[in-house]
Amino acid sequence: MGNDILAFAEQRGGTFKKAAHEVVNEGKRLAARTGGRCIAVVLGQGVLAGAGRLGAYGASAAWVAEGPAYATYHGETYLAAMAAAVARAEPRAILLAASANGKDLAPRLAAHLDAPLASDLTGIEWTNGRLVVRRPVYAGKATARVDMGTGRAVLSLRPNVFTAEAPNGASAAVEPLAVTPLGGVAARTRILGVEPAPRGKVDLTEADFIVSGGRGLKGPENFHVIEGLAEVMGATVGASRAVVDAGWRPHSEQVGQTGKTVSPTLYLACGISGAIQHLAGMSSSKWIVAINKDPEAPIFKVADYGIVGDLFEVVPALATALRAARSGG
Amino acid sequence: MDSVVCVKRVPDTETKVQVGPDGRRIQASGVNHVLNPYDEYAVEACLQAREKAGSGEVTVLSLGPAEAAQTIRQALAMGADRGVLLKTDPACDYYMDPLSVAHALAARLKTMRLDLLWFGKLAIDDQSYAVGPAVATLLGLPCVTEVAEFAALPGRATATRVVEGDRVRMEVDLPAVFCASKGLNEPRFASLKGIMSAKKKPLETVDLAQGTARVEVVALELPPARQAGRWIGKGVEAVPELVRRLREEAKVL
Ligand SMILES: Cc1cc2nc3c(=O)[nH]c(=O)nc-3n(C[C@H](O)[C@H](O)[C@H](O)COP(=O)(O)OP(=O)(O)OC[C@H]3O[C@@H](n4cnc5c(N)ncnc54)[C@H](O)[C@@H]3O)c2cc1C
Ligand SMILES: Nc1ncnc2c1ncn2[C@@H]1O[C@H](COP(=O)(O)O)[C@@H](O)[C@H]1O
Repeated sequence: MGNDILAFAEQRGGTFKKAAHEVVNEGKRLAARTGGRCIAVVLGQGVLAGAGRLGAYGASAAWVAEGPAYATYHGETYLAAMAAAVARAEPRAILLAASANGKDLAPRLAAHLDAPLASDLTGIEWTNGRLVVRRPVYAGKATARVDMGTGRAVLSLRPNVFTAEAPNGASAAVEPLAVTPLGGVAARTRILGVEPAPRGKVDLTEADFIVSGGRGLKGPENFHVIEGLAEVMGATVGASRAVVDAGWRPHSEQVGQTGKTVSPTLYLACGISGAIQHLAGMSSSKWIVAINKDPEAPIFKVADYGIVGDLFEVVPALATALRAARSGG
Repeated sequence: MDSVVCVKRVPDTETKVQVGPDGRRIQASGVNHVLNPYDEYAVEACLQAREKAGSGEVTVLSLGPAEAAQTIRQALAMGADRGVLLKTDPACDYYMDPLSVAHALAARLKTMRLDLLWFGKLAIDDQSYAVGPAVATLLGLPCVTEVAEFAALPGRATATRVVEGDRVRMEVDLPAVFCASKGLNEPRFASLKGIMSAKKKPLETVDLAQGTARVEVVALELPPARQAGRWIGKGVEAVPELVRRLREEAKVL
């Protein structure tokens, strides 16, 4: 085992995800401690040209496996590629984003390598040759510090928590990655088709700004209030479980314990009471704003800023104020 | 259509987490435990597959302390046929080590006949999102996570993964592993009759050899309370001040 750090740089539709930059950048920081290099692994189609730019985030090399087989995430195929990269790099640790696909891939890789795994990390420390990580548990009500030992470890990082520094001018040495398929299991899993998400929408787990609505909206027809504010802010729309279960909003928008875990820079909760299961999904947001007509609503306990009032008045007024502020420069 | 569903006993989501005397685990006394909510979707998926196929058995597998037998009974009350408990002794330290749990489950699963192997997407206590795909890899089985739609056919199954809004339709050869996400189905409530008959359904208990984890939880910490000095205004008149604070204090605008 060497000192290098392998960073899986996830792309979507040929473009690196923001979380990929975070993972590469954290890989560089960790490599500086271990005395190794950060090597990025890039899997996709049409990604060769962009792979060198990962150097600007700290990768000294980018190993690329290209082709239609990598265009859409396929667990078994991606596992074979990662296994090949690990065999070549003999890394100290493998970092992935705790995105939906990263959370699928990390445990497969850990099981394949028989290496310990820690998921959805919010912190990584390096002390005397040991990796010690921090991860939220019990719906974010506690943080576990976990000693991963002195051997190779597989780590997935919560998106939006590890900030990527501004890119510099460096570029990574791009090299092809040779992959040997792992037995026949890949052929037993086939992708029939992909129905892409509506274009231009940033996913909740990666969004910098989120405006969420709850039962206080009274009905699905009123969500234009939330959408209007989200549009002004360039935010993604989220929802409480109550409104998802009522069929007002799609499952993909649910924030919370049984929905998505988000950590945006700004989370705006409108007409959401702040049940513990909702807080589980959003309490690691950097700034929380609550708008609720009930001053006793638990959401105010976690909010940095709150307005007690009728969301049907406050939210449009906020949208107007922000629009004015924007056009005023 | 034979299924196995892996379920975990976890603290209820309403639990107020307190750090226990060793500083590494939660204070166990007074904690109400439940069947992991995601595992309910997994149990329901197995029951529906059995109903649709018209035959087959649903086996519930859990690794945990003796009390996890109650969790298995909950799934039996929903309609599963039999249970297997891999009973851990207090010295077993698989707490927060998904790979060790996966190895122990896989060792037993290797001996079981199955077409479908279901997991929840995550356990709400350790939140690893890991045991399902790890077991699949150890067993060399196809695996689909984030399953929001599912249909089993003889010898194969289709499943839709919803990933960041993309809907990816997959087809796998059986046997295969699936991890349930919310929205897959509406888990049924156990009927009184179900609860009564669950008591008589077979539940095998296997003493698990004392296991040592490969990772060690060195501390469990409560997050710092959010900073004091939060600001609350009233009504539309508060909007300009909110905007000012977002810009000047939070610097997010
Ligand atoms: C196992 C389990 C898992 C769960 N998982 C989740 C999860 O992932 N995500 C989640 O969100 N919930 C989850 N829940 C549900 C959770 O317990 C709450 O029921 C839910 O979050 C409530 O949604 P809400 O805040 O929209 O509705 P309510 O609790 O009904 O709150 C509505 C709020 O709107 C306010 N309001 C009403 N009218 C106005 C107005 N005109 N202007 C301003 N404010 C107004 C009210 O004062 C109130 O505070 C889960 C529950 C369980 C048991
Ligand atoms: N101790 C356990 N016994 C049985 N199944 C488990 C256990 N731990 C986790 N699982 C299964 O694995 C899923 C994911 O758990 P985790 O990887 O711990 O988040 C759960 O929803 C369960 O289906």
